[in-house]
Amino acid sequence: MSVLAYIELSEGKVKKASFETASYAAATAQKLGTEAIGVALGTADSSVLAELGQYGLSKVLHVDNAQLNNNDSKVDAKIVAEAAQQAGANVVILSHNYAGKALAPRLAVRLKAGLVAGATELPETDGGFSVVKTAFSSKGFAKIGFKTDNKVVSIVPNSFGVQKGEGSASVEALSASVDAPSLTVKERVKLSDKISLTEADLVVSGGRGLRGPENWGMIEEMADILGAATACSRAVADVDWRPHHEHVGQTGIAISPNLYVAIAISGAIQHLAGVSSSKTIVVINKDPEAPFFKAADYGIVGDAFEVVPKLNEALKNFKASAN
Amino acid sequence: MKILVCISKVPDTTSKITFTDGNTKFNEDGITWIMNPTDEWYALVRAIEVKEAAGGSVTVISVGDASSDQVIRKALAIGADDAVRIDANPTDAYFVASQIAEYAKTQGYDLIFTGKETINYNGSVVGGMLAEFLELPYVSLATNMELNGSTATIEREIEGGKEILELNTPFVISANKGLAEQRIPNMRGIMMARKKPLNVVAAAATDAPTEVLNYSAPDPRSACKYVEADNMTELVRLLHEEAKVI
Repeated sequence: MSVLAYIELSEGKVKKASFETASYAAATAQKLGTEAIGVALGTADSSVLAELGQYGLSKVLHVDNAQLNNNDSKVDAKIVAEAAQQAGANVVILSHNYAGKALAPRLAVRLKAGLVAGATELPETDGGFSVVKTAFSSKGFAKIGFKTDNKVVSIVPNSFGVQKGEGSASVEALSASVDAPSLTVKERVKLSDKISLTEADLVVSGGRGLRGPENWGMIEEMADILGAATACSRAVADVDWRPHHEHVGQTGIAISPNLYVAIAISGAIQHLAGVSSSKTIVVINKDPEAPFFKAADYGIVGDAFEVVPKLNEALKNFKASAN
Repeated sequence: MKILVCISKVPDTTSKITFTDGNTKFNEDGITWIMNPTDEWYALVRAIEVKEAAGGSVTVISVGDASSDQVIRKALAIGADDAVRIDANPTDAYFVASQIAEYAKTQGYDLIFTGKETINYNGSVVGGMLAEFLELPYVSLATNMELNGSTATIEREIEGGKEILELNTPFVISANKGLAEQRIPNMRGIMMARKKPLNVVAAAATDAPTEVLNYSAPDPRSACKYVEADNMTELVRLLHEEAKVI
C-alpha cells in the first residue's frame, strides 16, 4: 500500500501545483503509515524529479517519453492507473487544476475508485477514509466518505499549501505502453507574461465601478508591484473591458489565493462564490453598504480613483524598504 | 451529427445554502431549481448551433427523479429535439456518469457535451468519467469549438494560456464560458417543448462509490477591519504584519 502523487510536467519542469500535490500525498501517506510515490509523464531531467524528495516523495516513477508532453487524458489515465497498480497504491492524489480535472475522472473509472474532486483538507483516516471538499460554489463544504478500496482525490490549488523540507527522491524509469494520441495539440498560446490567475498567490481584481477599461492602469500597476495576477468581475468580462479568462466567480474561475484585493466590486453572491475561500480579502469600495464588506478582512470605504494610487504608493514604499 | 447533452438540476445561483438533519442533508426548503448554468448557456446552445449548421439531432439527458422534468422541458424549449431522464437519485458523479454511459453506449453519439461543472458539487467530473466509460477522447473546459465535417478544432484554457487542439468525432467535451452565447427560450419553443418526447428510463444497477457523510457551512469571517482611505500605509502594515500575506 502507498499513496501515489500525479506530478505534472511542463517544458521539462515540475508544475507549481504538483509541489502541493506531493506535499499533500506525503502528509496523507504519513497518516496511513506508508510512503508517497510520484508518477511523472513526459520529458524531464531526473535531477528535477529527485527534488520532489524535498516535498516528501520517496520515489518518482518516470515515463520519459516526449509523446506524453501533451496532457492527453485518455493516454495518460491508462499509464497512471498502471503505475498505481505497480506501486501498490490505492490512494492517488492530483491537483484540481486544468490537467487534473481532465485526468482524475478518467483515472477513477479505470481504478474503479471513488473520486473526491476539489478536496480542501487532508483525509480523515480513523475508522474509514473521508475527505472534505468544496460544495455549493464555496457556500458550503461536504465531507465525502469512500466505499471503495481505491481512492482518487484532487485538491483545490493553494488549499493545502506546499511543505518543503530536506530529501531526495529516487527516480525510477517506468516502462509503459503509450497509446496513440487521442487528440493533436496544434498550438499553445501564453496569454501574457504575467502571473497565471489560477496559480497566483496574490490577486488584484477590478469591477464595474472602475468605469472603463482605460482605468485598469492602476490595477495593473498594483499587480506589478505585488507580483500579483489581475482578475475582474463578470460584469467587466461581459462588456469586454477585460478578457474572459480573468473573470472570477461562480460561472468564471474559482480561486483561493492568499490575498484577494477587490476594487470597485460590489460583491454579488455569484462573485463571492469564486473568491470567498481566499485567505485574506481586501475590499475597496465607495459604497459603505456594498455586500462585499461582509466577506472582507480589511475594508476601505473610498473612491477607488483616490484610494488605489495611495495604496500603490504605500506598497512601493514598503517594497523599497523591504529590499 | 448525433449529439447528446448532459444536464443537471441545481439550486439557483442566488440560493441561501443551509443544511438539515444534523447537517447530513441539503435543505431544499424554498430552493428554486434551475438548469446548471454552464450546461444551459454553453453546452446545450453550442450543441444546438452544431445541429443547425450540420443537421442531426440533439438529445438532452439527465439523471434524477420527476422533479428534474421542469429543467428538461426548458432544454427542449431552448431547442433540443428530445430528452431522456434516467429515473434515479443522482448520488455521486461516478453513479451519474455510469448511468449515462450505460444509456449512451448503444446510441452512437458523435458528440457528447457536459457543462464545465455543476454549481452544487463543483467537481468537473462527469464528462471525464463518461469519456473513460465510453473509451472516447475528452476535451475539458473548452472555450471555442469549430467543426469541419468530423474534425473539430477546439480552444481550451490551460494555466496562464490556452491550447488549440484538433481531434475527430466522436468525443466528449465540457463547455466553458465562450463556447456559446446564452439563448432565452421563446414562446414558440416553450409550446413545442410540451410535445417533444421525454423518455423516462429505468436506472442500471450500480452502486455509488462515495457518499456525503455531512455538510458544513464555511467559517464566518471575523468582522471586517476598516482602514481610513487616506491611511494606506496602515493597510500595508496590516497586510504585512497581521495577515502576513505580503
